[in-house]
Amino acid sequence: MFVQLLAPDGARVPSAEFDPHVAHLGGDELLGLYRDMVVVRRLDAEATALQRQGELALWPPLLGQEAAQIGSARMLRPGDFVFSSYREHAVAYVRGVDLTDLVRVWRGTTASGWDPFSINMATPQVIIGAQALHATGYAMGIRNDGSDDVAVAYFGDGAMSEGDVSEAMVFAASFAVPVVFFCQNNHWAISEPVRVQSRVDLADRATGFGIPSMRVDGNDVLAVAAATAIALERARAGGGPTFIEAVTYRMGPHTTADDPTRYRDADELAQWQRRDPISRLGEHLRAAGVLDTSADERIAAESDAAAAELRAGCLAIADPPPLAVFDHVYAEPHATVDRQREDYARYLDGFAE
Amino acid sequence: MSVLTLGKALNRGLHRALADDPKVVVMGEDVGVLGGVYRITDGLQAEFGAHRVVDTPLAESAILGTAIGLAFRGYRPVCEIQFDGFVYPAFDQIVSQLARMHSRTRGAVTLPLTIRIPVGGGIGSAEHHSDSPEALFVHTPGLRVVTASTPQDAHTLLRQAIACDDPVIFFEPKRRYHVKGEVDEEAVELPMGSARVARAGDQVTLVTFGALVPTALDAATAAAEEGVSIEVIDLRSLSPIDYDTVAASVRRTGRLVVAHEAPFTAGLGAEIAATITERCFNFLEAAPVRVTGHDIVYPPARLEKHHVPDLDRILYGVDQVLGRVPAPSAAAERA
Repeated sequence: MFVQLLAPDGARVPSAEFDPHVAHLGGDELLGLYRDMVVVRRLDAEATALQRQGELALWPPLLGQEAAQIGSARMLRPGDFVFSSYREHAVAYVRGVDLTDLVRVWRGTTASGWDPFSINMATPQVIIGAQALHATGYAMGIRNDGSDDVAVAYFGDGAMSEGDVSEAMVFAASFAVPVVFFCQNNHWAISEPVRVQSRVDLADRATGFGIPSMRVDGNDVLAVAAATAIALERARAGGGPTFIEAVTYRMGPHTTADDPTRYRDADELAQWQRRDPISRLGEHLRAAGVLDTSADERIAAESDAAAAELRAGCLAIADPPPLAVFDHVYAEPHATVDRQREDYARYLDGFAE
Repeated sequence: MSVLTLGKALNRGLHRALADDPKVVVMGEDVGVLGGVYRITDGLQAEFGAHRVVDTPLAESAILGTAIGLAFRGYRPVCEIQFDGFVYPAFDQIVSQLARMHSRTRGAVTLPLTIRIPVGGGIGSAEHHSDSPEALFVHTPGLRVVTASTPQDAHTLLRQAIACDDPVIFFEPKRRYHVKGEVDEEAVELPMGSARVARAGDQVTLVTFGALVPTALDAATAAAEEGVSIEVIDLRSLSPIDYDTVAASVRRTGRLVVAHEAPFTAGLGAEIAATITERCFNFLEAAPVRVTGHDIVYPPARLEKHHVPDLDRILYGVDQVLGRVPAPSAAAERA
């Protein structure tokens, strides 16, 4: 059971509880969400292609999770701060990331693609669940500041087994700080199905920590938006943390290095393709007369342009100079590292003509 | 200038940091109402409030992880890990997050955390209360590691650590919390990364840090009565190590002894002996000698005196480097 406002066929499912929180989303806004989802799916496909062509070392596709990411991220304010895992490309897109910055890490030229403070989003976290604590601590700072900003932690079903996520919920509940735990249950932690992580719905876990939770259809951008809006309102009003389980599906591999045919059935994928997040909003908007052929063509052209920008940006990324490996290990001078940098520079100079 | 215990000097340092910078927050288990199990944070919560001196739930990884989040928000957290042996649950946040964030973000994010850890043995306590894990942190790029042996250094180094924009592991020699000494809160002290010559001498350079410094000074006094002049160097900083000060001493004495409580293998003694041998090979009259804990799990309280180097074992090491008794290398070759 989960909250659903848009059925897979695009039919609107009324909800007295959730509808008021998306009532402000008119035709233009819904078309905007649709456009976002189409664009990020196109960007994701382009990045996957760049990996296949050897231009990226690795890419973790978000295919299938567009509604969960777009629907939540579009509800945030610029002053809110996001701590995410490595699959939240659509969240970064909504936060305003430069498209080239999206692929720097995966090209292998840097450990993070952007300045976190430029878009109020930390760069992708690779250690599973570690960022839930960072978001909680950030929210402790928000509380100390007397601000109505909110911190948001994105993580997946696999992270629910990590101690850091449980500890984050303990701290968040104990201090009643403004943090939203946004769990995308995409059903697979590489090869391990969600039932290996939990015998109960993930949303039910939060209750034990004293954190109110919601379980929503993560492929329904409206349900995701409504739940996120509720959680953000609660946090801004001093009501503390909220946990959201967005039930979605990782339609692609864990990363481009993964082969999901080794551990899951094609039937399951086909079943989830019938619940596609983009097509259902498309059906809804077509029926409402908001989306027509010309809008579709315009959005497709925008998507292709974004993909072309991503590709051009990616190909233009140059390797940093060798001595950059010594940069920023410390913020202040460190005698040992400084000496090693000098020694290595001298060594490299030995190869100069 | 006042005479304070080392513990009180730390307390005064925290008080100054909290008073001087509204972004400083102290957090840890029992640091608030109780004032810490060693009372280092005594009275701070009453004065600065529960949002700045935070009694946290009992989860070390979360203490570190939330402190990182606070630093993202512009805060300057000072975390207390209650005992050395309790830091391991936080190790992932320290090694995988704290130490790397500045480098990961190409300098965009600084994490000016200080992690205070009471360290070492000699207090007759239960398991997990007497470890010396400094090498684990010294081996981790991105961290600074310091430790103090006097009330003045404890006070100054703590304030320097808190002011530093890098994460600093601050080891407190718990069995020396009660030693007294003069503390000048306004003193212009050595920079944080520098060692201090605690006693001048010209025959043997004895390098140590933290709780073993007073033991080393006692050893030097005893040796002097036998006509042996030992120079004692208190490292203070373990990352980086002030090799210039150590090397300058060894070039004069020609003999190096390094003493620490931590196990022998891959301990700081190995690193210092190797580096000084590289830098001062032509000045050495004998192979460096290490006086350390054994490569064993920290023993039960009634046996810890056989593990933690004491005055006699340090003097034995001095005798070894002077050739008066067989050097450890000779014993190993014989076997």
